[in-house]
Amino acid sequence: MNKKKMEMLKRYRFLLVMLVGTLMILVVNPTLGRHVYGLAWDNILGMLGVLPPIFILIGLLDVWVKKETMVKYMGKDSGIVGILLGFFLGSAAAGPLYGAFPVAGVFLNKGSRLSNVLIIVGAWASMKIPLLLFEVSAMGFKFTLIRFVMDIFGVLIIAYSIEKILTDEDERQIYELAKKMN
Amino acid sequence: MTIVFYGVAAAGLILSLAKSKEKTKLALKKAWKAFENIMPQFLGIILLIGLLLSVLSAEQISSLIGKDSGWIGVIIASIIGSITLIPGFVAFPLAAALLENGAGYMQIGAFVSTLMMVGIVTMPMEILYFGKKATFLRNGMGFVFSILVAIVMGVLL
Repeated sequence: MNKKKMEMLKRYRFLLVMLVGTLMILVVNPTLGRHVYGLAWDNILGMLGVLPPIFILIGLLDVWVKKETMVKYMGKDSGIVGILLGFFLGSAAAGPLYGAFPVAGVFLNKGSRLSNVLIIVGAWASMKIPLLLFEVSAMGFKFTLIRFVMDIFGVLIIAYSIEKILTDEDERQIYELAKKMN
Repeated sequence: MTIVFYGVAAAGLILSLAKSKEKTKLALKKAWKAFENIMPQFLGIILLIGLLLSVLSAEQISSLIGKDSGWIGVIIASIIGSITLIPGFVAFPLAAALLENGAGYMQIGAFVSTLMMVGIVTMPMEILYFGKKATFLRNGMGFVFSILVAIVMGVLL
């Protein structure tokens, strides 16, 4: 088998395992299997709601935003501006966390500082503003406030700790990966 | 929210098209490539989520993380929250329903926080962009932090 085919196989391995597994469930236990595929289908429809615009914006950002601009606002010396932009971009985002990773990829590729990108991912994961109203109405104001305030610190602490713990070589590899994925 | 996102993307496309047709084409090509890169992992993860949510029901979850389940309940809630991946607008009503069904605030705090910060099923995707080390670190720290959130909720609520 040639190298390209091997890589294809590696990329699709997880999907193949899941497909074979769930199809087997569908055969052995049709009720459960149909439930699995029903939920997956709902999820795919939900994904069509958020992912296409995210990827279009990624493409536009990739083409139009110059590397120097990104480095200036989100790079190593961007300071508080980079941090605030990270929080803003992450919390204004819509869609599940897996939408954040490709966005992180393009930001890294354009020269964003790793901690700022981790702030985007952290805020995207836990501080989405469009979701806050949902949270207040379902969980109450106090619950929402405690979580939101704690998350500001949590996101910062996690972002900077990861940057501290990673060696220069680890960081180089992350930028290398981001390049590969874009 | 979806409409806002499509609006922003459409406005961006129109603006880009007005400035340069070539660059817009390139942008769309890059958008497709970025999507195509994660699609196989993504579809696999969607099937995994479907499977997990079909096996675990709301009643099963709340029986494990009731008010009196204490620390064990917090740990179980954190583990369930870390594994499952439910969109927020589904998760909050679910969390509220679990509270009504007898789950405790501390346990629900741990569940909601890990649900958002820790994503075990999306780790294969995260690793593609951040590598193993950073991915394990982010998820591990998110887990510990969520337990901290749970403790604060337990004290204050």
